[in-house]
Amino acid sequence: MAYLQSVVTRAGYFTSKKGRLPYLLLFPGMLWLFTFFVLPIINLAGTSTQTPVAGGETGQYVQTFRFANYIDAFNQARPQFARSFLYATLATLLALAISYPLAYAIAFRSGRFKNILLVLVVAPFFTSFLLRTVAWKQILGEQGFVVPALRSMHIIGQNTSLTASALAVVTGMTYNFLPFMTLPLYASLERIDPRTLEASNDLYANGITTFRKVTFPLSMPGVVAGTLLTFIPAAGDYVNAAILGNPNTTMIGNVIDSRFFNIVDYPTAAALSFMLMAAILILVTIYIRRSGTDELV
Amino acid sequence: MPKDEPIAPKTLDLIRAQMSRRGVIAGVGGLGVAGLLAACSTSSPKGATSGSPSGSPSAIADTGGTVRWANWTLYLDYDSKTKKYPTLEAFQKQSGIKVKYMEDVDDNNSFYGKVQGQLKLGQDIGYDIVTLTDWMATRWIRLGYTQTIDATGIPNKVNILDALNNVSFDPGRHQSLTWQSGFAGFGWNKQKIPGGIKTLDQLFAPANKGKIEVLSEMRDTMGIILQYQGVDISSNFTEAQFMNGIDFLTKKISDGFIRKVVGNSYKEDLVSGDAVAVIGWSGDFFQLNAQSNGKFDFALPESGGTLWSDNMMIPSTSHNRKNAEAVMNYYYEPAVAAQVAAYVNYICPVKGAQAEMEKINPALAKSPYIFPDATALSKAKVFRALTPAEETTFTTAFQKATGN
Repeated sequence: MAYLQSVVTRAGYFTSKKGRLPYLLLFPGMLWLFTFFVLPIINLAGTSTQTPVAGGETGQYVQTFRFANYIDAFNQARPQFARSFLYATLATLLALAISYPLAYAIAFRSGRFKNILLVLVVAPFFTSFLLRTVAWKQILGEQGFVVPALRSMHIIGQNTSLTASALAVVTGMTYNFLPFMTLPLYASLERIDPRTLEASNDLYANGITTFRKVTFPLSMPGVVAGTLLTFIPAAGDYVNAAILGNPNTTMIGNVIDSRFFNIVDYPTAAALSFMLMAAILILVTIYIRRSGTDELV
Repeated sequence: MPKDEPIAPKTLDLIRAQMSRRGVIAGVGGLGVAGLLAACSTSSPKGATSGSPSGSPSAIADTGGTVRWANWTLYLDYDSKTKKYPTLEAFQKQSGIKVKYMEDVDDNNSFYGKVQGQLKLGQDIGYDIVTLTDWMATRWIRLGYTQTIDATGIPNKVNILDALNNVSFDPGRHQSLTWQSGFAGFGWNKQKIPGGIKTLDQLFAPANKGKIEVLSEMRDTMGIILQYQGVDISSNFTEAQFMNGIDFLTKKISDGFIRKVVGNSYKEDLVSGDAVAVIGWSGDFFQLNAQSNGKFDFALPESGGTLWSDNMMIPSTSHNRKNAEAVMNYYYEPAVAAQVAAYVNYICPVKGAQAEMEKINPALAKSPYIFPDATALSKAKVFRALTPAEETTFTTAFQKATGN
């Protein structure tokens, strides 16, 4: 806000009479944020410290400011918390490994196919997220081509299946969040001035050195944005675990879902949601600080 | 292509099977999308509420008018050509009572979340008949959210199957009347398991390891496990007995026997071969076999399966009890019940409907899924009503055992 003000003042464009304009422009966004983010967050915070009414009906809770709810909730869902961050990290790294060469090829080597390739990256979004995830169930299932092929090559046993496993969950997440990784990477790779690469070449750097010293550092904003856009939703995701996982691969999102809708235990669900948000926020802050790109993002 | 070409019956069956009532639950409720909306309206209870609805049922006047009925999707005979419900049309013509039929229930919890605020305040919830599953019906009756049904208004009530008449949440059926029922039991792929499955030990045979799925509906899965352990689920079993069952389930999951704990999506997994044996619902196997030439089979466990129902109830806020009773009475006429059963394929709760079905579709009249015989019915029990405290403890334990 202060930053905006200083820009406005420096520009000298908005006189005192027009000083309200930036606020008016911000108003719709702020109203949206207030109604659909701030209010629910306050409500959620209130719910998280409630306790059941003694002898009350299922789903009846009363405010008692019991902060121990958080400790109880954490202790009950520790394995799922750990799994969420492990799977999200794996999916993010895999997505990075797949997306970087892809984004690089689109940015530097695709020529006149650039636009078509970009459309292809986004194309899966034309289908529902659920359908795409269910499709993986078939790809990795008994009737898909992957399992019979791997079996005939004796890479997996005759009775081993790939669905309902941690592998399937991570695969599904990697696939579903891939465009979120590819697009920011492409955007920052595409912006790299080819003259910097030429200069590197002129200074006798070989391809690998150029990539290490020039291309990659310049693409860092894309890497950071891409990993964040992948990691944050992946850590809170529960659809992949619900459809592609088994009872031993559930994530924190599944626990929150079950607490809210099956057990009707709103306080624990709210406490878990808050801890998930806090954990992600802390991790992301550390990550941005350490990657030294806080000005770039 | 001719414009008015009727859809082939086979195609219709397929469409129906794709979108069975339970299928809708799995699609919507299974991922909690619908429930999400419900939570918005229920997550901020205002302090300790005694939850007594204002106005006793008898005090509410019968002002007549349109009967508004909330039911699950694809749960009443429907003619896709005329876009009407034939039995309902006939009722309106014959009685002069108007019925507004709404497929507004797609999840017990989300439906309850939508109307509970008004119920508590005694304000009209917009329905004169609601159709909810046993355990949710239990909650409504316990909270006094239903009106007592006048037996003289429903002479056909005597047609209810004996097994459904004396349920623990409403002995003698004074607050509710069964709409449709179903069994939970064992289902399997006949090619993979030619010997069939009659006991829980056979379900968890080493050969089936990793290819077994059980229902995410606690009362069905636990009902079968508990009966295997010798517990009568319709009587007052203890928490310790329930937890024994949970231990059994936990062990099977950690040992990798159970592939998934799901709603009706086990059907897809059976068809694709990813699962070979399940704890599933009778109605689903009726549809599965219709599509796959009898590749699958269903049986109730020797130690006992479960019988669940969806129940019609008149909300305490309705001003239209008499007409609502007339609707219920109509659907307990055997001939009408048979017409409905021929469409929905779940257990028909009305005595005499089987004889009527002979006239409509003799093959369906022989179906054990729609008209189970006395031995089948005696092998299935209704899970007893739980207190709110038990409900929370048991559900929490079940959810935890299944990874949540």
